[in-house]
Amino acid sequence: MCLGVPGRIVAINGLVATADFWGMRREVRLELVDQPVEVGDYILNHVGYAIRRIPEIEIQATLDLYEELLREAGASNDLMAADVKAEIDATNGR
Amino acid sequence: MRTALADERILMKHGAGGRAMRRLIEDVMMAGLGDGLKPGDIGLRAMDDGAAIRVGDKWLVMTTDSHVVHPIFFPGGDIGRLAVSGTVNDLSMMGATEVLGLTCAVVLEEGFSRDNLIRVQMSMRDTALEAGAPIVTGDTKVMGRGELDGIILNTTGVAITDHIVTDAGLQPGDMLIVTGTIGDHGFAVMTARHNLALEGHLVSDVAPLNGMVRSVLMVAGRDVVAMKDPTRGGVSSAVHEMAAKARVTIVLDEPSIPVSDEARAASELLGIDPLNVANEGKAVIGVRPWAAKAVLAALHAHPLGQRAAIVGQCVDGGASVVLDTGVGRRLLVEPEGEPLPRIC
Amino acid sequence: MPPMAADPLKFRDPARARALSSALEAVTRQMGREVSVMHVCGSHEQAIARFGLRAVFPRGLNVIMGPGCPVCITDVPEVDEAIALARQGVHIATYGDMLRVPGSSRSLADAQAEGGHIHVVYSIRQALDLARSIPDENVVFFATGFETTAVTTAAVVLGEVPKNFSILSAHKYIPPVMEIVAEMPDTRVEGFLAAGHAAAITGWGIFEDFVAHHDTPVVVAGFEPLDILAGLLRLVELVRDREHTVINMFPRCVTREGNARAQEQLWRVFRPIGGRWRGIAHVPNGNLRLRDEWAHVDARHRFTIDLTSLWDQAPPARAQECICGDIMAGISSPDNCPLFGTACVPDAPVGACMVSGEGTCRIWHQYGGARPDLSGSIGAVCGVLR
Repeated sequence: MCLGVPGRIVAINGLVATADFWGMRREVRLELVDQPVEVGDYILNHVGYAIRRIPEIEIQATLDLYEELLREAGASNDLMAADVKAEIDATNGR
Repeated sequence: MRTALADERILMKHGAGGRAMRRLIEDVMMAGLGDGLKPGDIGLRAMDDGAAIRVGDKWLVMTTDSHVVHPIFFPGGDIGRLAVSGTVNDLSMMGATEVLGLTCAVVLEEGFSRDNLIRVQMSMRDTALEAGAPIVTGDTKVMGRGELDGIILNTTGVAITDHIVTDAGLQPGDMLIVTGTIGDHGFAVMTARHNLALEGHLVSDVAPLNGMVRSVLMVAGRDVVAMKDPTRGGVSSAVHEMAAKARVTIVLDEPSIPVSDEARAASELLGIDPLNVANEGKAVIGVRPWAAKAVLAALHAHPLGQRAAIVGQCVDGGASVVLDTGVGRRLLVEPEGEPLPRIC
Repeated sequence: MPPMAADPLKFRDPARARALSSALEAVTRQMGREVSVMHVCGSHEQAIARFGLRAVFPRGLNVIMGPGCPVCITDVPEVDEAIALARQGVHIATYGDMLRVPGSSRSLADAQAEGGHIHVVYSIRQALDLARSIPDENVVFFATGFETTAVTTAAVVLGEVPKNFSILSAHKYIPPVMEIVAEMPDTRVEGFLAAGHAAAITGWGIFEDFVAHHDTPVVVAGFEPLDILAGLLRLVELVRDREHTVINMFPRCVTREGNARAQEQLWRVFRPIGGRWRGIAHVPNGNLRLRDEWAHVDARHRFTIDLTSLWDQAPPARAQECICGDIMAGISSPDNCPLFGTACVPDAPVGACMVSGEGTCRIWHQYGGARPDLSGSIGAVCGVLR
């Protein structure tokens, strides 16, 4: 299974697109992706095929999700304390 | 499973700079070769970047390398620049930055392009000038078409110095510095091979470091206690050796390790850790903690050391290397050998 | 500054990771007992190992790696089929991880050393290019991997295929094996972390029946450290609250329906059949084979594969002691195995778990084990440099 770093489409030629991953470019095929893909879109790549388009709005949504998770777990208010606690635990060989 | 074949024959991994190569050297290449040196001299047994022999009140430092990089012209350099830089750097890692002379022995395949040979030679010349390291003697051989792949270059370097820096001098408390971004050379050569279908602007970092190392030694002197250039096997191999020889635990802080965006991308796409990838224009420097800031400043002042960073510290413990990933911790294991791209 | 989506480092942020780890610790402590959860994805284990997350998991939480390594569960006869074809002179294109997996007597790497034409590819497209470059030779693509990879094979089958190209399918399908694990009598698994990329294809809806039948929650998670920590946190909360439901924690890539276009291609090309997974008993519908209408690109139809040619070498005796099966089922860990780290090492693997980059044993060996003793002075140093 691939690690699937999101890539940004920089060129499309029929079913073949060029995706940019942090400045490195690789060809990705578009036979499998189920939403129309345009230059500038982000896709999830697996062994040379785009398998999903990643809506940018969802990235922030995920991070918000994690914040909410922490809030519900009562941890968010205690971020500072959690940090300190983690450091102490580490020093004590937890 | 290991077949009879694997036990009888030399395999690619034996040249990859990792554990397998070290074992081959220990078991076969060094067998029966007593040092033949005086007590205090640094010879084969030390398995350092070079040998150091006392002459009067100074040290004569020697090192040798063969170069088989493919392709011979890659982004950022070529086999000629690699040969000169590699040897100059090995000498520098021993603390010997004033190079007396280099040799250049070349073995060519029949049919090798004369133009390419001229390009390689000019590159060697330019790099030698850059390093202030004259090429003083050499040898030339030609073998039949198909008997070798293109060209093999061997360089030997000789230098003289007052003070030797080994790779074994670390103590708990010492800090570790890398002089810039890691993995550039290995990833650049990998992507130049085209069969990975990866395009980018990765450029090898190949360069002679003696000028930069000189400025570090001038500022920190004997507070520089260990040095190694992380070539095959990358920073991981280098720090493993340093930890093993000094019998300390080295803790590396992954978020502090400088990696270029392109190298990070190549790393993610190929599934290869930059810590295991060869560098040809970087050094790992161990320093006494009070000297770290000054060394860092000296590096930042040099064109080749702009992205230098403190990346680790030594602590008490058995010889091992621990990586703090920022989100967790793990043991960093010495790379086995030639990294294969992770295939999903 | 790269835009958000292209910056996975956001999902490796140490401060958020520490907060999530603490919350995970707290909720595990609330349970007052040991909790065991399982993930079924080699890439999850890779990520856990690579980022050293096991060193920060709470002691009361067992995160078991299940049979999620596609290389490890590719069965001996399947590997033998590829090797036999190689010995018959066929060019084999394979993913790199399969190269050193032991068959009954040898691996593809051994076949290569003996003169077989074995080509390592990172994508099936490369195998196609290879076939086009040697039109007079037979090229077989050894198709391994789970459904996420199988869809790419399907896309190729539905496109233009060179005459000299065919496929040996050893693809696997994960959901059935989760059933098997959940139904095992001595299973301790109380929740599953599902693979985000597979779910990007299949959708998270396929787990709804599963959670209803087995009273076991499923959380779909991505592969960055924050994804994994948040996914585990949510999962333990569900276990604590006895909520047997599916939660999608990877909304940026996964929806309930998944990628219908890819699914349609997958099932048009493949049919699921029961089969043995290496080290695990029969998995109903766990293997993917080409449907009959694709017989013309099926290597099993095109060639007569002679497995008897491989019986010239006795299987290695050590193989009997290998406990990969138990490890993949989550019953044992590598350190329970007498061969681990001694007779079985990445250089000389006995079982598939030590060969594959996603195999539990290989990962443990490579990254230093589940919980190396990183206490005392080391803990004090970590974090000091920043």
